[in-house]
Amino acid sequence: MKSKARLMQGNEACVEGAIAAGMRFFAGYPITPSTEIAEFSAEKLPLVGGRFIQMEDEIASMAAIIGASLAGVKSMTATSGPGFSLKQENIGYAALAEVPCVIVDVQRSGPSTGLPTSPAQGDIMQARWGTHGDHPIIALTPSSVRETFDLTIKAFNLSEKYRVPVILLMDEIIGHMRERVELPDISEIEIINRKKPAVSREEYLPYKADDDLIPPMACYGEGYRFHVTGLAHDETGFPTNNPAVADKLYRRIVDKIEFHKDEIVEWEEQNTDDADIIIISVGGVARAADTAMKQLREKGIKVGTYRPITVWPFPDKRLVELADRVKAFVVAEMNLGQMVLEVERIIKDKAKLIKVNKVNGEAIYPEEIMEKIEEVL
Amino acid sequence: MGKYEIRLSGSGGQGLITGGIILAEAAILDGKNAVQTQSYGPEARGGASKAEVIISTDKIDFPKVRDCDIFLSLTQKSFDQYGKNVKENGIIIVDESIDTRNENKVIYSLPIIDTAYNVLGKPMVLNIVALGVIAAITNVVSRNALEEAVLNRVPKGTEELNKKALEMGYSIGKNAIK
Repeated sequence: MKSKARLMQGNEACVEGAIAAGMRFFAGYPITPSTEIAEFSAEKLPLVGGRFIQMEDEIASMAAIIGASLAGVKSMTATSGPGFSLKQENIGYAALAEVPCVIVDVQRSGPSTGLPTSPAQGDIMQARWGTHGDHPIIALTPSSVRETFDLTIKAFNLSEKYRVPVILLMDEIIGHMRERVELPDISEIEIINRKKPAVSREEYLPYKADDDLIPPMACYGEGYRFHVTGLAHDETGFPTNNPAVADKLYRRIVDKIEFHKDEIVEWEEQNTDDADIIIISVGGVARAADTAMKQLREKGIKVGTYRPITVWPFPDKRLVELADRVKAFVVAEMNLGQMVLEVERIIKDKAKLIKVNKVNGEAIYPEEIMEKIEEVL
Repeated sequence: MGKYEIRLSGSGGQGLITGGIILAEAAILDGKNAVQTQSYGPEARGGASKAEVIISTDKIDFPKVRDCDIFLSLTQKSFDQYGKNVKENGIIIVDESIDTRNENKVIYSLPIIDTAYNVLGKPMVLNIVALGVIAAITNVVSRNALEEAVLNRVPKGTEELNKKALEMGYSIGKNAIK
């Protein structure tokens, strides 16, 4: 049998994963280093009966995927930092109107136009708090081509399950890197679809949640009465200024993620059992952390790694446990210190915290992490 | 040896990123692991461009090349910019037009550009000639796998031309190590 192994780019794996998850609509405004996601979507969607559209800008493409999703079609857009900023207004709309959708941000060096072709991880906080107001969000960070495929599927599944916008937070290293992958058989992939109404059209209230805090979702055009707005709304979906109703709505959309946090969070740890020092990193930097860990272990230094796969919600419980028994955490990120704020909040002063930061458009090299660790030993 | 770090450098438009992709695909056909990365400026042509490939029998963690085992350079600018981090026993392959400034390493200075431009008369196959040279000198990928990888990537109707380019690259490389 011929091997299924092939060389694939991270951005291509994202599109493969999206299509496997059921994406049938992509709207975007191409931008480096995410452009290949639009290109592959344009090429592949028509072959599976899907639609691709290049919109006039990022805001419109975000609006387009919200509309398509409301009509029942799994939808995605892709961008980089500058476009991610523009999409934020409508990401907030999707969060409040509880419209499932996937937004890919392949991070590049910024702010503003920055270094367009260079990697960065400066959007970690933007992914969480880019749109205004208290809102739910999930953000996933792949660190290999295969994981990009898997997490794109997971992004769709989570967005469908919880009716929430999900950010696939990539970086230029993972987006543009090509590596050997073997994709799973389509039959092995778990696909989750949004919950449909179990009541008649007359009885349907589009924003009446079940016990799991998630309202079943009818599609536009199916005959259910369904009003969607960015204003605070009651269970019918129509606007209201009633403080009690608004309070209940805002708390519910945030709580629906908070209550299911244990099911949502995912992380990977290596060699943490005996580790004195644990490197925390995501995406492309996690690859440097792996090399640094292996090389330091060869020298007898007990290093482990902790890699959040859901950067939002942040996998905090396990980190609290680890903080009780390690000497130091090293947080390596291609920004001036964003994820480290979350780590600091979680570990308090239980362990020493060391920062490795880089914003010059180059990857963090294993040596830079190793030097920092050897300095503090 | 289990792991090769390879850097292909030149100017934008010489097809070196495609060359890196083909090399990585050949390694996968050989049953190995491979990662390919690149760095380029915002411009579409000119400037110094590099494609990096790591080929290994093991899992590859850090995907960028640090000190290379094999360094190819097709322009003076890229030689000066990217030629510094070559391992002590690394192999350097350059176009004959490059002044290697008496670099104290094993250097193969060969007519790669001349072969593509003047002998074959097709500048577009420059990258394929270079791949043939690299494979002949280093054996980093097998000849069969490389030919299959080239034919999988090149546009229809150019197969014979590319096969010829690969063959010429091979013979230049083979002669150089005689």
